[in-house]
Amino acid sequence: MNRYSLWKYILILFLIGMGALFALPNIYGKDPALQVSAARSAEISELTEFQVTNALEEAGITYKSTSVANESLIVRFNDEDTQLKAQDVVKKSLGNNYVVAINLAPATPDWLAKFGAEPMFLGLDLRGGVHFLMEVDMEAAIAKANEAYMSDLRSKMRENKIRYKTITLNNDGGLLIRFKNDGERESGEDLINKSFPDLDVTNPESNSDEAQLVATMKEQVVLDTQKLALQQNITTLRKRVNELGVAEPVIQQQGLNRVVVQLPGVQDTAKAKNILGATATLEFRLVDEDHDVQDAVDGRVPAGSRLYKERSGFPILLQKQVMLTGDSIIDAASGIDSMNGGPDVTITLDGRGAKRMSKFSGDNVGKRLAVVFIENKIETTVENGEKVQKKEIIEEVINAAVIQEQLGKRFHITGLESTKEARTLALLLRAGALAAPIYIIEERTVGPSLGQDNIAKGFDSVKIGFLLVLVFMAIYYKVFGLIANVALALNLVLIVAMLSLLQATLTLPGIAGIVLTVGMAVDANVLIFERIREEIRNGNSPQASIHAGYEKAFSTIADANITTLIAALVLFSFGTGPIKGFAVTLSLGIISSMFTAIMVTRSLVNLIYGGRRLEKLKI
Amino acid sequence: MEMQETRFNLDIMGKRKMAAMLSGLMLILSIASLAFQGLSLGIDFTGGTLVEAGYSEAVDLGKVRDALVNSEFKNAVVQYFGSANDVLIRIPPSEGLNNADISSRIIDLLAGTGQNVEMRRIEFVGPQVGAELKNDGGLAMIAALAMIMLYVAMRFQMRFSVGAIAALVHDVLITLGIFSVTHFDFDLTVLAALLAVIGYSLNDTIVVFDRVRENFHKFRDVPPVDVFNVSLNQTLSRTIMTSLTTLLVLAALFVFGGEIIHSFATALIIGVLVGTYSSLFVASPVTIALGISREDLMPVQKEGAEIDNMP
Repeated sequence: MNRYSLWKYILILFLIGMGALFALPNIYGKDPALQVSAARSAEISELTEFQVTNALEEAGITYKSTSVANESLIVRFNDEDTQLKAQDVVKKSLGNNYVVAINLAPATPDWLAKFGAEPMFLGLDLRGGVHFLMEVDMEAAIAKANEAYMSDLRSKMRENKIRYKTITLNNDGGLLIRFKNDGERESGEDLINKSFPDLDVTNPESNSDEAQLVATMKEQVVLDTQKLALQQNITTLRKRVNELGVAEPVIQQQGLNRVVVQLPGVQDTAKAKNILGATATLEFRLVDEDHDVQDAVDGRVPAGSRLYKERSGFPILLQKQVMLTGDSIIDAASGIDSMNGGPDVTITLDGRGAKRMSKFSGDNVGKRLAVVFIENKIETTVENGEKVQKKEIIEEVINAAVIQEQLGKRFHITGLESTKEARTLALLLRAGALAAPIYIIEERTVGPSLGQDNIAKGFDSVKIGFLLVLVFMAIYYKVFGLIANVALALNLVLIVAMLSLLQATLTLPGIAGIVLTVGMAVDANVLIFERIREEIRNGNSPQASIHAGYEKAFSTIADANITTLIAALVLFSFGTGPIKGFAVTLSLGIISSMFTAIMVTRSLVNLIYGGRRLEKLKI
Repeated sequence: MEMQETRFNLDIMGKRKMAAMLSGLMLILSIASLAFQGLSLGIDFTGGTLVEAGYSEAVDLGKVRDALVNSEFKNAVVQYFGSANDVLIRIPPSEGLNNADISSRIIDLLAGTGQNVEMRRIEFVGPQVGAELKNDGGLAMIAALAMIMLYVAMRFQMRFSVGAIAALVHDVLITLGIFSVTHFDFDLTVLAALLAVIGYSLNDTIVVFDRVRENFHKFRDVPPVDVFNVSLNQTLSRTIMTSLTTLLVLAALFVFGGEIIHSFATALIIGVLVGTYSSLFVASPVTIALGISREDLMPVQKEGAEIDNMP
């Protein structure tokens, strides 16, 4: 009685072996390292490696090792001071085409890495860094789409010689088109039905006798537009983050209109915020030189034009029609203008944009072309005791120069204030124009020293809590207590192994979850041992008591753990970042404790007591 | 009536009237405090900005406060965090300030006090995120309770389910009440702790109910009150042991886990104490008051095959 079959022992040993293997990388810690990756056209090759090691040797900087993996070069160092020094050296030697980021590279030995074993992925609260939750302004995305339809409708109607009076944004959504007469309206309706499958046309009831139509985007089209806006934002954010040079960033969609951005190790949060939060784009418009600016300032703005302000604050009148938007920009680089020595930005357009640009500029040689810089900001203010979020759009004409010749794929923008501004503008343009503005609605920054404190304190409390429980169990249950302690230690190893294997993010609340699991994992053993004691008190033989103890406690343990698991799963599905971390470790802990507290202790009990006559049990 | 020997032989159920009065009083106090005083919600729920700054040596709170209050941060709340070297600064959301600049402004202001300062943590939560969290948190709580109720009703019986949920609501309300009375900060981690308390307290209750079910099968013609009493006594040593081990690690977390985990540990310690009490004095009495009887459990024969319920 009380003997396990061989396969059970083998299974247990196998699981423990796997657990130990995958938990092992966590012992080796991490090296301060530089992660070099290619920014644009550049490539990471042995040549890059050679160039980097050469530069480091020349500067007299010692490094531990270099390796190339996943299209990036990792250079390891002995300490953080050398790492920072080396970053400057490597940056200088490689130039702008590479991103040189500071990173912590796991010091896992090769033979372990071959199994795919990696250390746990630490959350921002443990390693330091910035977490942003950003929201895409969907109203703006829809408005932008509507504007595009508006200009398409205009040109299509003109093409088909349908006489309309105006097309404006309708107050209740969609576009309001006013026609000369009912006949025109009917042909307009036919045209929209035929050529604009994305739009629904309705005949609005209005108190005027005017011939009108309302064109609204179909529901599916609205959804698609929003989805696209989010996707485009995520892509853009990814590019921007790459430009920032962050190792292991996280950029994830959350819900229908939100994006989570996590930048581990970033210390200059102001810079990160400026680059992520500011949404900038350019528009190219012709200067309206047929009308007087002063008239417009006095309130008589001509129909086809809009009043803007130049950097200096002077008003300038620009045509409403946009020649080109920032969407067409595929590259932008800052530099020095060869003509006057001031800072400039060289812009490269995509094929469609280049074609458009060359046609427009060819038609308008001698006229002035204005570059409008558009930036979105959000500000929270209080009005009458209510919180009001104001979206502020800053539009500035940064430059208005005479078109000297037909422009093509590449051209320069001058008139910038400083080289720093040129660099920032180039970066924003390079990263792409955002389809819709995006705003930071949550920020969490953890400084690197606090991260280290958190790790130290977290692990301290796990260690101390663990030791206290070990001592307590050993005193109270003697041999059985020691068996439970072995199971508890294995439980910890298994939790660490599962976290490493899943690469689930370990956060401080996650550590709290582990601590709590340690406390609750012994519960299963307490249940079993109390049951065995009870059976012995009832006069049963030791062997029968062991058997009955495990048997009878099982359904209780299962019920108790399943209900706790339910609570953990609810936590996981409703919670955000920190709560999720807690739910993950709690769930993993419950699952592994079922295995260690029941199967592992039973196998040990069977090994020690099984198959022989017992007079007394030390419990 | 002949029953097996148990280690404890306390008349737990006999004290149920006294316990009901105690629980009732605690509940009334908790609800009153929650209604009139509410919780001191952290910025996770209200929105706002929180900055933790570390100094190389002890710093005078008054100086820091003056530096902030004399600037645009009129409503800044400043307090020590863990030691006299660390300060925590809270800025309510309605200040008409651009959030992106708040942290850098505060760094400048603190640097102006003449001491060496380092930013340790910055948290900004937009008002809409806070409002959502409040809703989601409440929803999570209700969903957890509903699913647990369903599971217990399935595995046991509806009356047990109501008893278990009554105990859980009791625990949550009293823990919240204590947080309200003491003005402890109620943040996201406390909400997580509260949900963990639900899981823990339920654990305790289920263990007792499991035993009750077993004993209903075993002893016939014994009044339910006595069956519950015996079951509670039989599981009492386990209840105490598990509470003790859990409290041991929570104490470790409270003492060594650092400031940031304090309210989490506090909530769990309160919850475990209240949860242990409620599985003894709330869950079982409520189930009895609902009129549970042996027959209620008879159709459930999942592991009752070996039980001699034939004449």
